[in-house]
Amino acid sequence: MLNFSLSDEQTALRDMVRKFVQQEIIPNAAKYDETGEFPREIINKAWEAGLMNINIPEKFGGMGLGVLSDVIINEEMGAGCLGITTSIAVNTLGLYPIILGGTDAQIEEFAVPFLSSPKLCSFCLTEPGAGSDAGSLSTMATEEGDHFILNGSKMWITNAGHADLFTVFCTTNKELKTKGIICLAVPANLPGISFGKHENKLGQRCSDTRAINFDNVKVPKKNLIGKIGEGFKIAMRTLDRTRTPIAAGAVGAARAAMTYSKNYAKERKQFGQPIANFQAIQFMLADMAVKIESARLLCYNSGWLIDNGQIEQGGYFSALAKRHAADMAMEVATDAVQIYGGYGYTKEYPVEKIMRDVKLVQIYEGTSQIQRIVIARHLLKD
Amino acid sequence: MTIIVLIKQVPDTETKVRITGDKKGIETNDIKWVINPYDEFAIEEGLKTKERLKEGTVTVVTVGPDRTVEALRTAVAMGADNAIHVKAEGTLDTYLVSKALAEVCKKENGQIIFTGKQAIDDDQAATFAYVAELLDYPSATVIVKCDISADKTKATLEQEADSGAKNIIETSLPAVIGVNKGINTPRYASLPGIMKAKKKEIKTYTLNDLGLGAETARAIDTDYQLPPERAAGKKLSGDIPTQVKELVRLLREEAKVI
Repeated sequence: MLNFSLSDEQTALRDMVRKFVQQEIIPNAAKYDETGEFPREIINKAWEAGLMNINIPEKFGGMGLGVLSDVIINEEMGAGCLGITTSIAVNTLGLYPIILGGTDAQIEEFAVPFLSSPKLCSFCLTEPGAGSDAGSLSTMATEEGDHFILNGSKMWITNAGHADLFTVFCTTNKELKTKGIICLAVPANLPGISFGKHENKLGQRCSDTRAINFDNVKVPKKNLIGKIGEGFKIAMRTLDRTRTPIAAGAVGAARAAMTYSKNYAKERKQFGQPIANFQAIQFMLADMAVKIESARLLCYNSGWLIDNGQIEQGGYFSALAKRHAADMAMEVATDAVQIYGGYGYTKEYPVEKIMRDVKLVQIYEGTSQIQRIVIARHLLKD
Repeated sequence: MTIIVLIKQVPDTETKVRITGDKKGIETNDIKWVINPYDEFAIEEGLKTKERLKEGTVTVVTVGPDRTVEALRTAVAMGADNAIHVKAEGTLDTYLVSKALAEVCKKENGQIIFTGKQAIDDDQAATFAYVAELLDYPSATVIVKCDISADKTKATLEQEADSGAKNIIETSLPAVIGVNKGINTPRYASLPGIMKAKKKEIKTYTLNDLGLGAETARAIDTDYQLPPERAAGKKLSGDIPTQVKELVRLLREEAKVI
């Protein structure tokens, strides 16, 4: 039976996050964007409210929540600030490889501690030379007795400078290509790990983004998540579940941009009337609504499919959601700045930040170009 | 020790209030209902009191139609142990609500009863006193600090007076405490809390169950009006000393704020 309504708990969740965003994120977003400082306090508060690590299974004491709940949380937070959202939400990304590919003992050892304190976990796949072509990664893991010796660099790693744990994708044999890739749980306190600077980004500026260098880091063999050669599959299974919440964040940001520009258009008068009376403005607002509503539905559809075990179809829909949400959010934010005119171009008004923030969504978690390749591949299969 | 928190579900502060055609009420169709913000401070104070004393249970109570159960669930999601719904449709006033709340407090043997100093919809600010009178308990309102004695027989309260002064009040327990903003920072309903709250059993009473089947509201609203349109500002003229004199006169005689 088709049902488009949220359950009572989902509605309560949405309302709670909206309130949290109103009180904790929105008043502080501009400040963190300006200084680029890490929003540690807000992360801690989000953790206390139970909004992090929602994917840790119930049998380990976690919430055991799926993609749809993640989507609801991310849309609401995205409407507040994408930089802060990324800082909070990226733990789910970091822990998924362990939850999907790890043994119970490994989930117990590496993931469960995140339930007792606001630790951070970073997902380490991308490298300076391997972005869209993630499968060509070069970070080497050489077997030596009871350990893997890790050597190489990762790039654009979120929360790298503050993480307690890294889930690192590396290769044991480049010649095997993706079949040589493994996933290692790497505690941040192991010797040999160093970081690049906090990148000075166009948008999502408070999100800590760095290079990581592994220099002969000794990782115990028991930290191998899944079997040798399974690493790439674990990464893809993870991204299948995080792509949609990321898209939802863009939906939230676009929604905020639309609300701001709608309210501005009602106040701003030119030629003797509110600019909201002009069709040019109305058409922009109408198109924003179409884009946002349709992107949200794709996110819900994808989340529902994955949560109900239809991973392949859900993965396909997550590509649709990500491609649409990211691209439309950029269009919506750009139009929002346009509606605000000169004022929108300054930091005094909130829309230029949204435009800078959403640009990144077209790039990370699979570029909009990669999403199109995935979609086309699926379509041309039969 | 039973800690009781009396809460009211009210329209969200951002609501665009519309008056019904017969002018006897407000349109409730599109309203977003929330816990009265002052009652959120009361819930938090109840939870904090239980944490400080390292014992006791927190029971939240509300009176109203079925939609008010949502307010109870949010309170449970914040951490309240028990929730009681007094189901009442139709016209409610402070009298009828207070009668019902007092009956529940008696049944539950509430040792300390917290509630917000006022509800933000009708601003009556009377329920705390009404309930206390019906129970013959002492009460105090506009409280920003509440310390329970170690033997749990007394409470020392800080009451906000005008001009920033504080009155220190000592009361025996049981008592009814009307709390003000500033007493604490209400916690968020946690995500695990929200999930658990869904399954929580909520005790329901009708007015009949409480022996109040024959009671009705005694104060009925007969007419609602929107506030007058904001008048244009006054522009003062003349030299500065003249303007100052005129401004002071207006503030004293017209605005009556000095």
